[in-house]
Amino acid sequence: MARNENSIFYGVDRITLIVYVLLVFMGWLNIYAAVYDEEHQNIFDTTQKYGKQLIWIGGAAVIAFSILLIDANFYTAFSYGFYGVLIVANILVVFLGREIKGSKSWFGIGGFGVQPAEFMKFATTLAMAKFLSNQNIVVSQQFRLRLKDLIKNYKNTFIALLFILLPLVIIKKLQDETGLAIVFVALIIVLYREGLSVGFLIFGLLAAILFVVALIVTNITGLIITLAVIAASAFLFIKRSRANLIGVIVVFLLAAGVVLGTNYVYNHLEEHQKVRIDVLLGRGNVDLKKEGYNVNQAKIAIGSGGFFGKGYLQGTQTKYDFVPEQDTDFIFCTVGEEWGFVGSTVVIFLELFLILRLIFLAERQRSDFSRIYGYGVAAILFFHLAINIGMTIGLMPVIGIPLPFFSYGGSSLWSFTILLFIFVKLDANRLLILR
Amino acid sequence: MSINSQQLSNRKLIIGGFFCLIIIIYLCRLFYIQVIDIQYKLDAEKNAFRYMTEYPVRGYIYDRKGKLLVFNAPSYDLMVIPRETKGCDTMGVCEVLQITKQDYLKRMKKACQAPNSPRKESIFEKQMSAQTYAALQEKLYRFKGFFVQKRTVRKYPRPIAAHLLGYVGEVSKEQAEKDPYYKEGDYIGITGLERSYEDALRGKKGTQIAITDVHNKVIGRYMDGKYDTLAIAGKPLYCSIDRDLQEYGEKLLVNKKGAIVAIEPSTGEILCLISGPAYDPNLLVGGKERSKNFTKLYYDSLNRPLFNRALTAMYPPGSIFKLIDALIAQQDGLINRSTVYPCAMGYPPMGGKPKCHAHGGGKNLPGSVAASCNSYYAYVFREIVDQRKYPNFIDGYNHWRDMVKTFGPGTRLGTDLPYDKPGNVPSVEYYNKVFGKNGWRSNTIVSLGIGQAELTLVPLQMANVVASIANRGYYYTPHSVKGVGIDKHLDKKFKEKHYVGVQDPTAYLNVIDGMQGALEPGGTAFTNRLKDIVVCGKTGTAQNPHGDDHAVFLAFAPRDNPKIAIACIVENAGFGNTWSAPIVTLMIEKYLKGKTDRPETEKRMLEGDLITKNNLKELAKTKRPVKN
Repeated sequence: MARNENSIFYGVDRITLIVYVLLVFMGWLNIYAAVYDEEHQNIFDTTQKYGKQLIWIGGAAVIAFSILLIDANFYTAFSYGFYGVLIVANILVVFLGREIKGSKSWFGIGGFGVQPAEFMKFATTLAMAKFLSNQNIVVSQQFRLRLKDLIKNYKNTFIALLFILLPLVIIKKLQDETGLAIVFVALIIVLYREGLSVGFLIFGLLAAILFVVALIVTNITGLIITLAVIAASAFLFIKRSRANLIGVIVVFLLAAGVVLGTNYVYNHLEEHQKVRIDVLLGRGNVDLKKEGYNVNQAKIAIGSGGFFGKGYLQGTQTKYDFVPEQDTDFIFCTVGEEWGFVGSTVVIFLELFLILRLIFLAERQRSDFSRIYGYGVAAILFFHLAINIGMTIGLMPVIGIPLPFFSYGGSSLWSFTILLFIFVKLDANRLLILR
Repeated sequence: MSINSQQLSNRKLIIGGFFCLIIIIYLCRLFYIQVIDIQYKLDAEKNAFRYMTEYPVRGYIYDRKGKLLVFNAPSYDLMVIPRETKGCDTMGVCEVLQITKQDYLKRMKKACQAPNSPRKESIFEKQMSAQTYAALQEKLYRFKGFFVQKRTVRKYPRPIAAHLLGYVGEVSKEQAEKDPYYKEGDYIGITGLERSYEDALRGKKGTQIAITDVHNKVIGRYMDGKYDTLAIAGKPLYCSIDRDLQEYGEKLLVNKKGAIVAIEPSTGEILCLISGPAYDPNLLVGGKERSKNFTKLYYDSLNRPLFNRALTAMYPPGSIFKLIDALIAQQDGLINRSTVYPCAMGYPPMGGKPKCHAHGGGKNLPGSVAASCNSYYAYVFREIVDQRKYPNFIDGYNHWRDMVKTFGPGTRLGTDLPYDKPGNVPSVEYYNKVFGKNGWRSNTIVSLGIGQAELTLVPLQMANVVASIANRGYYYTPHSVKGVGIDKHLDKKFKEKHYVGVQDPTAYLNVIDGMQGALEPGGTAFTNRLKDIVVCGKTGTAQNPHGDDHAVFLAFAPRDNPKIAIACIVENAGFGNTWSAPIVTLMIEKYLKGKTDRPETEKRMLEGDLITKNNLKELAKTKRPVKN
């Protein structure tokens, strides 16, 4: 961007920067549309959410500049430090925090609230990058192993997983913020990039599919018999050796375990989570006025947008509050209703473009730390994108997570800004490392 | 089995490809719900739009001279949206409407249940009185969720023509389901002109589209009213009724059961259509009052005031039917002006049955009409049925029946008023059933010739018969409207001449001479002769199984270029000349001169009470078994 090595923009990827600014600006316009009412028409009115968002955007700009000002080595050096501090903060918030909407996950600072769980994202990504970039640590690349090698080979993978699981458990169990917690699962993609066998991912994916099938199919016995038949017929195609026999039996038992465990897991979910799964899968009698209301109204808002949308500020569904949480988690409804299929596609493509750009940037890093961190950022952003859009169009259960750079909220905007700009700084620094 | 860094780097493609795949699935889904599936657009409209109906003004109804028969008065319905009643002064509402808390809750429950909805407005109190409305208006701001919808109800400047005009009432559930124009609670014409001309009178409802928020609060108008439609007022209806004649006729028929129908022969326009006893049409408007009054009228089984006798009461026509026999027989060449048949206080071939009265010897054709000789028409009827032209009397009878039907009896005339009855001209099949095949001859049914037996006509048909004679051979379908709307459009079926079976001018001349003779010395209605107008009439005294004979009279006047053809029947009144002929001739005077010159006759008719006596008889009849 700037040719002067001393400029803070030196080496900064301008494409990333432009897409970031575009997304934040479009988000702000849509927040204005979502909470628009005739009495408060001034977009700078700070008593309204769009006015506040402008303050958050200003803060984000300051944060971005600050990150770019600080030496890149700072982030590498203090990775574990950030992680430790934020783990502690996330525990403390349960005791010292202020209760908002039933969960104790906010620190009250003056009139504003800060959610430490949001900032856990960048800290966890940094810490994992730091751990995995250690020269001696290799993510196990093997899938089929003898038992005695398992612990030795997978030790580091397990430790990496612990980096993910620790915040996940704290945020889920102590703060009861499912949405914020589940995001960390996305970092498994980073482990895959760093060598984790694809077998695990496929196995995990199959288990997830089986879980869904087991929820939809009511005849569990029939399902297990079907699985047994599939397992038996597998021998028609593979070599009949003892090892294969054991392998097939193990896979079958695991699958049966998933199927049998499904109802157990489902029954131990919280009521609203059960309902969200029911709504998604169309199980039972979903009352569109109660549990199905959110998703149905979201779909109505988006679906009524048509190809070109109803026009800016013309959306009847979002403007008149039919869609709950339409400025935060359901901000995409405003886009869908007022900008139609065209606008929705533009927003989704911009987000996807940013993510793919990050993967491209990550791959050009010479430092393992930067690459791993870059993948972490991409994975977290994509997870947010996929869950957030997916829930508004009824393809994912309702999990309360924001649309990156778009949704209203200071904590989420700032956390995404920090997450992104640390990588932008690392990327800008990549040439300097050589010297 | 180690993987080198290049292979690991290639995983970027898998990861990127996976991301793209998910996004493509999402875009397909978005395309489906945004572009292909229209259900969401419909749901969105249901969500945010409230369609508010603007009710049009129902068309006024005028008489043939432009005098007002029906107009509208404002009425106020109290509407409620149950969801919005939080914080409403419930007791205040009860107090103003003078209902109990239980009533309130009951109505509120009804407003919440299907097909109503707590989110939508429904009627809480129908057609409030002006006082209630005034009291309510002051406090309305405290009654959250309630609002007043202005509608109109019918008003009648004079309490006349209730049967003809019909009434307006709430649309039934079935109708509302069948016709998308109507919603439950809408008004619709139920009988009379209000029903026949509903489409023209009702106008077109307008719609205002309001935008509501999630709390169903009205935020504003959608697109500043760009898609709103204005209510279009109903078209005015120009009746062929003469208001003064109608009113006068109703007065004459007070305390009598019966009907008067007058037609302008040259157009087929109905000048008056009266059914007695009548009722004040103003009784059947308004909310609570209306249903109370309706119940009262409906259950008055002695007088049956809601029963429109002019269109639906099927009476034996009696002697007036002789006119048709005379016309048919002349057309067939069986009799002429000088044909004379003997009369011996009855029909000689059958031992003096049917009986006749003393009218001084055998009459020629006009004389037989004027004196109404039963014997003469027994002969004539049998001549027609047994005439040689036909191989057997069945064909002869069918010929007679076909000819009769061309005058209107036996079929619905197709007038513009709903629910008219066809009357009855018995068929061959009917008699075969009653008497057995070959079990009957012309003499078996000879009383048909004098308008008795199974023969029945509704009063409108009687008027149509006399209009056809006045026109010397044709009629226009009787109709009660001159035109609809400002351009006075009239259905072309009412402009079409219907020719009756008899077209021989001499036949008409002879019969009309006889009808004129009826009001001259020796005629049956001589006492009702008018000094200055030549009236051609025919009396009838219809025997019936219900009690005393019905008095029938029909007439047209003046003889040349007739302006009015009129039929009157008064139930259980006896001889046609005593009650019906005076009424008819008074009506003719009133219509042609605007006044009457016979105060005594008028007084006798206005004050005559035939109902009380007959009703007492009727009551006694039904009570007797109880006393035993």
